Amino acid sequence: MKGRIIFKGEVKGEALVTSQPISFYGGVDPESGILVEKGHELEGKNLKGKILVFPNGKGSTVGSYGIYRMKKNNVAPAGMINKECETIVAVGAIISEIPCVDKIDILQIKTGNTIEIKNNLVNIKK
Amino acid sequence: MQLTKEEERMLDGEYGYAVKKSMEILSALGDIYGAEKLIKVGSVQIAGVSYHNLGDAGLEYLNGLAKDGRVRVITTLNPAGMDLENWRNLGISEEFAKKQNLVIEAFRKMGIIVSCTCTPYLIGNLPRYREHIAWAESSAVTFANSVIGAMTNREGGPSALAAAFIGKTPLYGLHLEKNRIPDIHVEVNTELKKFSDWGALGYCIGKNANNRISYITGIKEASMEELKSFCASVVTYGSKPLFYIKGITPGSEKYETPKEKITITEEDIKKAYDEINDDIDTIEFVFIGCPHSSIKEISQIAQKLKGKKISPKVEFWVATPRPIKQLSDDRGYTKIIEDAGGKFACDTCVAVAPLKGRFKSLATTSAKACYYSRGHNLMKTKLGSLEQCIDAGVTGKWK
Repeated sequence: MKGRIIFKGEVKGEALVTSQPISFYGGVDPESGILVEKGHELEGKNLKGKILVFPNGKGSTVGSYGIYRMKKNNVAPAGMINKECETIVAVGAIISEIPCVDKIDILQIKTGNTIEIKNNLVNIKK
Repeated sequence: MQLTKEEERMLDGEYGYAVKKSMEILSALGDIYGAEKLIKVGSVQIAGVSYHNLGDAGLEYLNGLAKDGRVRVITTLNPAGMDLENWRNLGISEEFAKKQNLVIEAFRKMGIIVSCTCTPYLIGNLPRYREHIAWAESSAVTFANSVIGAMTNREGGPSALAAAFIGKTPLYGLHLEKNRIPDIHVEVNTELKKFSDWGALGYCIGKNANNRISYITGIKEASMEELKSFCASVVTYGSKPLFYIKGITPGSEKYETPKEKITITEEDIKKAYDEINDDIDTIEFVFIGCPHSSIKEISQIAQKLKGKKISPKVEFWVATPRPIKQLSDDRGYTKIIEDAGGKFACDTCVAVAPLKGRFKSLATTSAKACYYSRGHNLMKTKLGSLEQCIDAGVTGKWK
């Protein structure tokens, strides 16, 4: 699949997929990388090293720093794939230097798939 | 997005690390949102100042930029996690204060005005009508767009900082006239009787208008303070940082009333209070000043607190920008409030101070303060008039 580069880079890893938006301030613990928002599909899941696939970000404008804190604590996702990336996640990816692509049909990706991001290209190896 | 020759050199790193990093952020945002070019901004307001939000990683990021990054336009700061002078008296730990001061030092080095307020427009960062600015802090963004008529998107912490180092922002979103047209008519069919009713109204409109721009009718009068409170609430419970009030806010005269209509009744306002208020009667913490209090609000607090005593079981804070506290000192309001047992909290606020676990219950005049106190700081909340809040401070009970 071909998308739009938010932050360029090449990375390969295991997909962790949700159909729900993620808040990176309050919704994810920046120390452990665990998603903590009550009732979220990924509640209790660790985002560390995953290719995190979600539609878009939500919530506080401090969220970009939340992504950066995860990166510095070595618990950030290895890559991010969005349906439509908004400012908070985009800036988080740029300052944390995490490869990120959007405008991808995320429904085609399932948790556990091996995913390869190559700049604006996303390859699924089922 | 089309870059000028100079902007391209910035991106290539000719102007140093902070400028390069900032251009990377701005050009990426410009590409994502289809901006044609970068435009100059008149001022910047920065969010992400409290060490509580930033952590060591955020501090490290800021220190990296502070090495060679200097702001190009007037840039002011959001509240920090503590009063920068009086933090001990407000129960902030030595360890937190040390880290918070490092954050402030980094901003100071960048050439930023250490204003530490969510109401920069009260203390000298006041844009003009239709001026392009790049502001973070959702309540200030909403006030600037709606009450002043300036033009800004709702920036995040790092993107606002990037705009400050370049002096520009990508031309998209609310910087474009075509995206500022109201698309839902909100008829307010009830009288707003007390100050906190404005917060309740913000709750109703924020929830119902979703991501649309409201054109509000049925309001005859509004003070700057009431609008400030409404701005904070409407963008906390909703997400659009722009509205119009017919006959009151600029631009309302040039748009037609949108066809789609919602009506806010007395019943809706009452329901907003029911949803914001928890079922509690004991109050441990009273917070006035979200957004930060104006000198007029402080004079009202002093007038109503005069001769009273805050209960020793209650912590009573008045948050305001430091320059306004100086005016309050001169007028004798500070002495009246402190003699009654109240404390001033400059530079900080209830949403960003490390308060988790310190208080179980909050009384406040601000609907926004209720949202953040519940979410981040796990307090039970009561929204009400200044009289009710002062009474709660004196008795420790909510009536």
